[in-house]
Amino acid sequence: MITSFLVKSLDRTIITAVAILLGLAALVPALNLMTAPDHPLHVPTYLVSLFGKYLTYALLALALDLVWGFCGILSLGHAAFFALGGYAMGMYLMRQIGARGSYGNPLLPDFMVFLNWKELPWFWYGFDMFWFAALMVVLVPGLIAFVFGWFAFRSRVNGVYLSIITQAMTYALLLAFFRNDMGFGGNNGLTDFKDILGFNIQADGTRAALFAASALALAVSLVITSGIVRSKFGKVLVALRDAESRTRFLGYRVEHMKLFAFTVSAMMAGVAGALYVPQVGIINPGEFDPGNSIEVVIWTAVGGRGTLIGPIIGAVLVNGGKSIFTAAFPEFWLFALGGLFVLVTLFLPKGVVGTLQQHLARRRANREAARKNGEAEFAAAEPMAAE
Amino acid sequence: MYRFIQTVLMALFLTVAATPWVRAEEGLRDLVNALGEAKLSNMDEHIAALARTGDPKVVPILEALGEGNLYARKADGQVFLTDGTGSKLALTDPVSGDSAGEAPKTALSKVKVNNSVRRAVRTALGSLTLLSPDRDARLKAAKSVLQSPDADALDAVENALAAEKDAEVRALLEQARATSLLVSDRPVEEKRQAIRMMKQRGGRDALPVLSSALGSADEALKPDIEAALANIEQTQALWAAGQNVWYGLSLGSVLLLAAIGLAITFGVMGIINMAHGEMVMLGAYTTFLVQEVVRNSYPGLFDWSLAIALPLAFLVTGAVGFAIERGVIRFLYGRPLETLLATWGISLILQQSVRTIFGPTNREVGNPSWMSGAFELGGLTITWNRLWIILFALAVFAALLFLLKKTRMGLQMRAVTQNRRMASSMGIRTPWIDALTFALGSGIAGMAGVALSQIDNVSPNLGQGYIIDSFMVVVFGGVGNLWGTLVGAFSLGILNKFLEPYAGAVLGKILVLVLIILFIQKRPRGLFALKGRAVEA
Repeated sequence: MITSFLVKSLDRTIITAVAILLGLAALVPALNLMTAPDHPLHVPTYLVSLFGKYLTYALLALALDLVWGFCGILSLGHAAFFALGGYAMGMYLMRQIGARGSYGNPLLPDFMVFLNWKELPWFWYGFDMFWFAALMVVLVPGLIAFVFGWFAFRSRVNGVYLSIITQAMTYALLLAFFRNDMGFGGNNGLTDFKDILGFNIQADGTRAALFAASALALAVSLVITSGIVRSKFGKVLVALRDAESRTRFLGYRVEHMKLFAFTVSAMMAGVAGALYVPQVGIINPGEFDPGNSIEVVIWTAVGGRGTLIGPIIGAVLVNGGKSIFTAAFPEFWLFALGGLFVLVTLFLPKGVVGTLQQHLARRRANREAARKNGEAEFAAAEPMAAE
Repeated sequence: MYRFIQTVLMALFLTVAATPWVRAEEGLRDLVNALGEAKLSNMDEHIAALARTGDPKVVPILEALGEGNLYARKADGQVFLTDGTGSKLALTDPVSGDSAGEAPKTALSKVKVNNSVRRAVRTALGSLTLLSPDRDARLKAAKSVLQSPDADALDAVENALAAEKDAEVRALLEQARATSLLVSDRPVEEKRQAIRMMKQRGGRDALPVLSSALGSADEALKPDIEAALANIEQTQALWAAGQNVWYGLSLGSVLLLAAIGLAITFGVMGIINMAHGEMVMLGAYTTFLVQEVVRNSYPGLFDWSLAIALPLAFLVTGAVGFAIERGVIRFLYGRPLETLLATWGISLILQQSVRTIFGPTNREVGNPSWMSGAFELGGLTITWNRLWIILFALAVFAALLFLLKKTRMGLQMRAVTQNRRMASSMGIRTPWIDALTFALGSGIAGMAGVALSQIDNVSPNLGQGYIIDSFMVVVFGGVGNLWGTLVGAFSLGILNKFLEPYAGAVLGKILVLVLIILFIQKRPRGLFALKGRAVEA
């Protein structure tokens, strides 16, 4: 069954993309660790971390594409799921600091000592174990998405209304996480991480491993989403995206299907956040900013929604552009980003990949038509020649 | 007694009308000079005699006496106010107030004071100001007694009460008498009356007086005081609730202002305009520019700056809105999610433009004089700027309603949004109406910016703070319904302010957001939903 799922889920593009990702997962750490710093092929550590971060963004964009591109749900709250996953990982990393914090408290993280807390709040229990934290990374965003989606889809909140209330959700979370009483570090968030699974988080080897893990997670998610999208279920998802009422009248439980896609997508976003935090070394409430969620949407739109590799390319392109731009002309980045929003929606509604695919498909169709025409002419010409 | 003297003085005034001031001054001078010869034992009689004149000039003399700055010249027994330390003192004539040169200390003898003299001075001063012919001075004196009740002041207060005719000052004096009575050693029955009186009056400052009296009072009085305390606290709680409603209305008016333009662009046209907050911001910056020009060129017009800025802001943001509609949004009709993204992009560009031109820091926008200050209404404190903003929000709402329901343009707008093709067949230029409607919504956002510049920081991020709230208001109230926006704004504002004391500002806001999210589950189309075919469009 798994093999048939795999076979069905893969086409040439996906296979190529997965192969490239796996290749990167092996090659980049190798080039970083095994070559001398002055070697022409050496990849410096900061680039490894930078691209590792892009890969987690790509995973987030892919998660959004599953709901927006294939299900028609424009979620403006995906950065919230990303941040929740990040916080779950951040809590594990905080517990790993142990007595090495500035206050030397073996149990309480520094900010709790600073706030004069006497004992660990109940929701911090268990985060000293990696498996528990890893479980929470998927469960917490998944659960919130499930509950939120359960209410929203059941009462048929859709279109822009859904977008607006997802935005309200992330805004409420933003305000909540800014509070010191919440027990998540308030304004400063969680930072000063020391090690992960016993490895120093600053070490080159750990960073390379995190990069490989991000590439691997992205490849696995790509296979999973591709499997979902190419299955019969995926076909119904696309149908409800294009004509929700009609799909419902045909007898499909539209809200259940939406809920499934939304929850899976939120879990993927959570994983992305969990991989993001150890690579950048901090998680704070700013990640919940509604603007961030909208920015994810533009990555997906630039790459091409409704295509699976589009969001990945879009996320890397936009964020690469952001890194270059903010270094070279910091004050113009927002102009560029704003312009990108306007231009892409006006002139590239299918995104880079979508437009390219359309172009290729048209060329193939033309060639096909030309060949058929040629055959027909040939067939028509034959009897004449025979005469 | 005082009235008697007043009558006598008045009679004197009438009879010797030709030289009244000379006479009065001579009398005063004699009284003052008498101080220099008086003994400590009969000093209080002299002080009382001075106080009885009711002359405002007596006040500085008595003050100087209390502080030990009154000296008599040994040579002729003249008494002077003195100033300075060391061997030489500067003399001031007590009656005319003119400088009388300097004199060595040895040529002067100090008018002696002890504690009982000082007390007499204080009482005389209190009653003097309480009896002052200036109404404001009496009011101030009565208030100061009310705020620091003193058994010694009781006689003075009662004297003043007998002579007072002004109703407001009388009321204050009666309260002052009641508070002073409680700390005095008067009979229980009188005190009970005073308590009843304070209970009627209520007010926050009565609470500490009563509760401190509770400790030292007679057993017989305790139930009275406790009842009065409970009563006052209850009224106070009622006023506090009233104040919360007021704050809620004030917040609601801000929400209404921010959301009302959105009710047009989103509610009526169905365009998700994420750049709406930036229109508000542009309106605020227009106000800033107008005030800069006014300040530099026509400072006299400063109070009018908001009135000047209002139409300008409407035009500026209306023009920007027109350009956005023609340049971007018209290509995206029927694709609401894309419109959302494109307008978000526009909002980023507008924000960054303003940041580049005006800098990232807050710009100062001043309050005109008629918008600053506050007044009291019962137990409520009402600031003028909040009141004006509430009135302004309601005025904008009314004007917009009139425009939509009663004018030709409003008719065409409604026709286009209800059935575009039919409207077009009837000869309405639908693209033109689209652009005008969007410009109208943006222009109103700009006017909101003028008002919000008075209570918020004018910075490039001004609009971002309002965008989510405005969408919440419109969605909560029901899309396509201006009344829904009004009700939505005020109910969210009041709800927010009532949650705040229990949950804190941030948690209150979170609760409101969660409530809205839950509410939308229940009624996906808001409080006042459109019915019929428009829903499915």
